[in-house]
Amino acid sequence: MPELAIELTGINKNFGNVCANKDVSLKVESGTIHGIIGENGAGKSTLMSILYGFYQADSGSISVQNTPTVIRNAHDAIDAGIGMVHQHFMLVDNFSVLENVVLGTEKGFSLKKSLEVSELELHRLEKEYHLEVDINSVINTLPVGLQQRVEILKALYRGADILILDEPTGVLTPQEADHLFRILNELREQGKTVILITHKLREIMAITDNVSVMRQGEIVAHLKTAETNREELAELMVGRKVLLRVDKAPAKTGKPVLTVEHLDFTDDSGVQRVKDVSFNVCSGEIVGIAGVSGNGQSELLASITGILPLQKGQLIINSETITPALRADAADMRRFGMAHVPEDRQRLGLVTAFSAYENSILGYHNNSEYNGLLEMDRDAILSTCKHGMEHYDVRPNNHNLRVSLFSGGNQQKFVVAREIERDPDLLVVGQPTRGVDIGAIEFIHRQLIAMRDAGKAVLLVSVELDEILSLSDRILVMFAGRIMGEVEACAANERDIGLLMAGISKETE
Amino acid sequence: MNERQANTLVVTLVTLVNLLIAFLISGIVIWILGEDPWFALKTMLYGAFGYDEGLGYTLYYTTNFIFTGLAFAVGFHCGLFNIGAEGQAYIGGLGVGLICLWLDNWPLWLVFPLAILASIIFGGIWGAIPGYLKAKRGSHEVVTTIMFNFIASVIMVNLLSHVLRPPKNMSPESREFGEGVWIPQMHEIFDWFGLEITRTPLNGTFIFALLSLFLVWRFIWYTRWGYELRTVGTNDTAAVYAGISVSKNIIIAMVIGGGLAGFVGINEIMGSSHRLMLNFQAGIGFTGIAVSLIGRNHPLGILLAALLFGILYQGGAELSFEVQAIDRHMVVLIQGLVILFAGALENLFRPQIEQFVKRLSSLDS
Repeated sequence: MPELAIELTGINKNFGNVCANKDVSLKVESGTIHGIIGENGAGKSTLMSILYGFYQADSGSISVQNTPTVIRNAHDAIDAGIGMVHQHFMLVDNFSVLENVVLGTEKGFSLKKSLEVSELELHRLEKEYHLEVDINSVINTLPVGLQQRVEILKALYRGADILILDEPTGVLTPQEADHLFRILNELREQGKTVILITHKLREIMAITDNVSVMRQGEIVAHLKTAETNREELAELMVGRKVLLRVDKAPAKTGKPVLTVEHLDFTDDSGVQRVKDVSFNVCSGEIVGIAGVSGNGQSELLASITGILPLQKGQLIINSETITPALRADAADMRRFGMAHVPEDRQRLGLVTAFSAYENSILGYHNNSEYNGLLEMDRDAILSTCKHGMEHYDVRPNNHNLRVSLFSGGNQQKFVVAREIERDPDLLVVGQPTRGVDIGAIEFIHRQLIAMRDAGKAVLLVSVELDEILSLSDRILVMFAGRIMGEVEACAANERDIGLLMAGISKETE
Repeated sequence: MNERQANTLVVTLVTLVNLLIAFLISGIVIWILGEDPWFALKTMLYGAFGYDEGLGYTLYYTTNFIFTGLAFAVGFHCGLFNIGAEGQAYIGGLGVGLICLWLDNWPLWLVFPLAILASIIFGGIWGAIPGYLKAKRGSHEVVTTIMFNFIASVIMVNLLSHVLRPPKNMSPESREFGEGVWIPQMHEIFDWFGLEITRTPLNGTFIFALLSLFLVWRFIWYTRWGYELRTVGTNDTAAVYAGISVSKNIIIAMVIGGGLAGFVGINEIMGSSHRLMLNFQAGIGFTGIAVSLIGRNHPLGILLAALLFGILYQGGAELSFEVQAIDRHMVVLIQGLVILFAGALENLFRPQIEQFVKRLSSLDS
């Protein structure tokens, strides 16, 4: 019987009527990397929040290192030797690395003395775990990968033997992710225990020893990673067979529908976010834009779709030329034949406080088919809404329900339905499957392929490299506001694109 | 019980409980002053409803609160906190007054629409300027509208004491309008049908106020312009995504709000005092904020809340007249408590009431 770092027994947690964790029991062996995988809303984060003391379980018990432990808050968790690296870093941006690590553990009256002591300890930790980072640099000057290292250092500095990482690779390039995995391996070799929460099958397969699969608040399987495979895990997560690869016929490319020429964008603080970007998207193809989040994709997308004003350069959509002088807004772009599934459905694509009925015409509310002389035509809107919800299997199928009460996947299907059902010539899609369950991902991917096969042009922006690789016919990679290179999808591999994403092109190498 | 019905029940109960508590505390204060709270309540209700004159005054005040309540609500649906109804009503009244002074030998059926137009334009401009500053310059509307209340006040004092005051008149007010442009008062309207009621300032504007409630309701929830306005107010980034101009809608909402507030001028100037005078709008604009908030920014709620404040004004006046220990400050206290509990502390008992409704609906099924 191997030693157990964590043992959870019969954990139940309800939020109102929603059951987030149902009779969850989990054993994490000491000195292993244990993956917890599940779709969004499966209860992974709730379970870890209970372990870290953010929530209290309604019932059930926790033992740490074979001793029953009550964890009422993060302090108790830290005392028990548990450290957590959050998905969104908890760092003070304008403090140095050292100050961030010490924050909350200062001793005595003099901060200076406290810092000196900590500096020594920090150097020791850095050496021991190969977590090199300049401890005097200020957080906001560090790339995300290094900020994450600071988070890990912080946990180790507080004496963590058990490290929980919540979706740690969401913000990393593939290379940075690989580096993180090396660090985690190092930690394991030193006898630490790592719990990795993720929804990415690749990561589970790459690094974990054991894996627990969660679905709808329950743990449905405990497996040894070596004895399972991606297909089995995906099936366990969703509860049915899933096609991981997208089947598609070769593209039948036609004339350009969207041409972007020398587009620049500078934000309010004077930082140039998009630099001289030119490309085109033809009918019958999907062009994917890959890149680590924050490299100008959002601004590019917003400039093309009329969310942000076009500052410099021009767009040609369906032989309509759009210059900055035109001051085209999103409504104009729709008139030119563009539909837009935005990156952030809750901030942009939906008014979540409105009913599904009202959201079904957002952006198209001025169309004549929805308007009488003064008042809107309720029946016409209702038939559009019902049609979309039925064909895209949006559940619950209730047009009076507030959109905030739909799950992420259903919200996204709702937006995709609204935009595709308009039969646009050009569909611009940002992060179509962010925070969406596997079942809905599969569905949305099929819809995008169907658009392409129907001879429409599709521009896809995503930070999920797998998604770009499986859907696109051509791939553009953005780094620091520029297009670093273009790759034909058939010839693409993750390594090459990863290098481009890190800003290393073939010429500079 | 579906979600919507449950929500309506929660909202109704929350409002009622809050009002109850406000009145309870008022009762305690009255009891401390050595008076009988029960008698005070009866006096107030009698003053507001008990006889036709009281009811007339109650509805007359209600008319004003409907307008300023709506003025606040339209802005609120666009994400604005328009606390400038006071100034907008004042300047709107100026528009009404100027039309009446200028055209008071014209027939009423011609002057009435012109006066409405004037109050919309004058009140609307007074809303439009803060709206423009908010939309294009990012100046917060709470700051600018309150400043515009003061500016309106200064303008009116000057106009009334120097420009519009007849030479031999000592008080700062305009001359009286010709009787031809007075809006018929309720007792006159009833008289046409052979019914006799006591003379009060209640006039035909009350019907216009009810019509305004209906029109605002249809506008906000049934037209594409209302849809755009609410989208901007609820999620302005989604509005940009939908191609809806945020700045245009902010200005529109402020113009509509200003115009609605300006209708106070119709009721006060054209319907009651028949002359332009100082501070005819005193407090009505600010009370409108409370009316709208208590009425959940919905025309039906605003009607009920406006009625409640009409009762408080008229019944309160009766109360301070009848009971020695209670002067008009007591009435302000009661109104303040209503605003405190139904407005500012509205969510105080919400969790408990939601629990209660949830249990109720689970019993149901």
